[in-house]
Amino acid sequence: MQKFKGTPGQIRRQRIERTGAIVISLVLAAWILVNLLKSPQQVAQVAVLGLRNGLLYALIALGYTLVYGIIELINFAHGDLFMLSAIFSSYFITVWFKQDESNPAGWLTFISALFAVMAFGAVINVLIERLAYRRLRNAPRLAPLITAVGMSFLLNFIGLKWNGSTPRQWPSVIPNNDIYIGEVRINMTTILLLLVGVPLLLALNFIVTNTKSGKAMRATAQDKQAAALMGINVNKTIAFTFAIGGAMAGAAGLLYQQSIGTTNYNLGFQLGLIAFTSAVLGGIGNLWGAVVGALLIGLVQGLNDGLPIAFGQQWSQTVVFAILITILVFKPAGLLGKVTTEKV
Amino acid sequence: MSTALVKPQNVTRSNRKWIIGYSIAGAFLYFVYQFLLNWEGLPLGIYDAINRWMPPAAVNESLVYVIMALGLNIVVGYAGLLDLGYVAFWAIGGYCAGWFMSEFFYFLKIHFFGAVPAEAPGIHINFWLVLIIGGFVCAFFGALIGAPTLRLKSDYLALVTLGFGEIIPQIFFNGENFFGFNISNGTKGIVQVDPIPVGFKDLGPFDFGWKLLIFLFLAAVMVFISLRLRRGRLGRAWLAIREDELAASMMGVPLMRTKLLSYAVGAFAGGLGGVAFATHVNGVYAERFNFAISIFLLAMVVLGGMGNVWGVILGAFVLSWVNGNGLSAFGALYNERFGTEIDFASFTFLLFGLVLILMMLFRREGLLPESRLKLVLHEGDIDEREASGKKAR
Repeated sequence: MQKFKGTPGQIRRQRIERTGAIVISLVLAAWILVNLLKSPQQVAQVAVLGLRNGLLYALIALGYTLVYGIIELINFAHGDLFMLSAIFSSYFITVWFKQDESNPAGWLTFISALFAVMAFGAVINVLIERLAYRRLRNAPRLAPLITAVGMSFLLNFIGLKWNGSTPRQWPSVIPNNDIYIGEVRINMTTILLLLVGVPLLLALNFIVTNTKSGKAMRATAQDKQAAALMGINVNKTIAFTFAIGGAMAGAAGLLYQQSIGTTNYNLGFQLGLIAFTSAVLGGIGNLWGAVVGALLIGLVQGLNDGLPIAFGQQWSQTVVFAILITILVFKPAGLLGKVTTEKV
Repeated sequence: MSTALVKPQNVTRSNRKWIIGYSIAGAFLYFVYQFLLNWEGLPLGIYDAINRWMPPAAVNESLVYVIMALGLNIVVGYAGLLDLGYVAFWAIGGYCAGWFMSEFFYFLKIHFFGAVPAEAPGIHINFWLVLIIGGFVCAFFGALIGAPTLRLKSDYLALVTLGFGEIIPQIFFNGENFFGFNISNGTKGIVQVDPIPVGFKDLGPFDFGWKLLIFLFLAAVMVFISLRLRRGRLGRAWLAIREDELAASMMGVPLMRTKLLSYAVGAFAGGLGGVAFATHVNGVYAERFNFAISIFLLAMVVLGGMGNVWGVILGAFVLSWVNGNGLSAFGALYNERFGTEIDFASFTFLLFGLVLILMMLFRREGLLPESRLKLVLHEGDIDEREASGKKAR
């Protein structure tokens, strides 16, 4: 067993963290085991669904984690950007290009919609940053946070006017076949999510780790002033970060709209919070942390919603928030995050 | 300078001046709604105008919002902690009224100076006692929420409060079967809350004039608490934490305890507001407690001026009026005059979002600023100017 280091207070904290983690994982394991014994097929089935949602959450969570990593702001409007993107893609595919069934024309529209909605998300996010957050960069913490909440309301309003106050159903251009692995049913939408989502994640990782702009992003995240002194255009870099995050949310919006098929103006609030929880769970500011956290949250939520022995769907939000609060209380740095000294 | 010259400010006197102004304003409101509206000689035009633009129910609701906004002001304005889940306290306060002042627990029969006949089933505790119970239950929950989370950074804290603000209403929403118990009647809500006994009369849901007095009194209590606490040791500690947490803790301010107390006092007001609102609408309905309410309250505090009691009251009055009555009344008038069919009520999202954004961008200190906070909130502006190498003003 690893030895604890540090002052007595730190040692106590580490003990609490360790014990808490063990207890929680034991409870989780026992819960899944009981369900596995009861109906293994169902566990696998809901796990697939959960992981599929987890991938969606990952795309949204990346936007949160990127922005938080670089300017330490919880961008409350990010979830609503996702919602607007979902509505945008419905209009793009169904209303503007009038595709409502799965054929080559539909798939072509889907691909062009992917690019269009990513551009849409990027532009909106950069606009938000340019018009509101940039002016508040040096203001006290409370000001940009409250602005972000206001932005979220503003986007909500646009969604309300665009989509209407009730949920809307849209046709999908994705084939609606199922593939069976054993007795587990896998829908085509899940496969499409994998086909689009995973390359996007890899591309993002490549941008951040291997390109010059990615390097600038990391430098700006570490120290804005030093980065500026090294000749990095900080404003541009931050705008670029918002653009990538927005593009990811845009893609998530399209994938959500095509796989779930419903859009609603208050969609962004719930999914945004879930995605943010994922980012925190994985360690905010850490790219792969966000992905791991999102998959975990998706899995737990899927299991909770679909298993015979669980709280059930009406407690879905509560379960997610309980995870959020537990993580923040016991391990604010997240699963993969580095422990920083500044958590006053 | 000799010590005799440094007299402390006369706290008591300057702190009591407001009571006169407040009483006059309150008496005026009471006069209008209790007597003027019921006076038969009142011209019909004025009667219609009042009922259209500011009906009695809207005034009372605004006052409930004032009570809660003052509570949120203690957390956000005084202690500088962002609370995005204030609606949770409203819900808890509301359900305290639902539990202790109705026939909800029909299998029990507990009466304690209640305003219903002694043979009625359920728990019927006196309104004033329930107010205190609701306040303290909320304060307890405030401390409970705060205790594990207050050592987090402010934005994480905002998130945890938001989480609680979602969980607690959801518990009530699904509360028809909470591990086998019915704790809230679920979406049906708890209908019919007991009237308020004031000695000579029991105030039902339609005694607007008398209830106006009671809500005015509750708001006054909150104003009093806010002003007194701000001047006292605790309030100064809050302001110190708001302005610089590190410096405050170096000066010996116990961070945890001070923050916890701000949560508890803020939540107490939420409890008062919850109980008051339950008597105002004569019931407790789970779907009313949603995230938007937390943001409405925050917008009230931000619009009026964080930290300034009078600013917050102004903000609460203006925004709750706009949200409840003003916007739809204006919309009806506009549509009538110009023959349009614009749904003005749906513009509340836009309005509240814009209030938050524009206030933060252009007037962070609010409409009626508190001088100290103004300095704090504009601290960063100078840095920006220096950092970008522009000339100082």
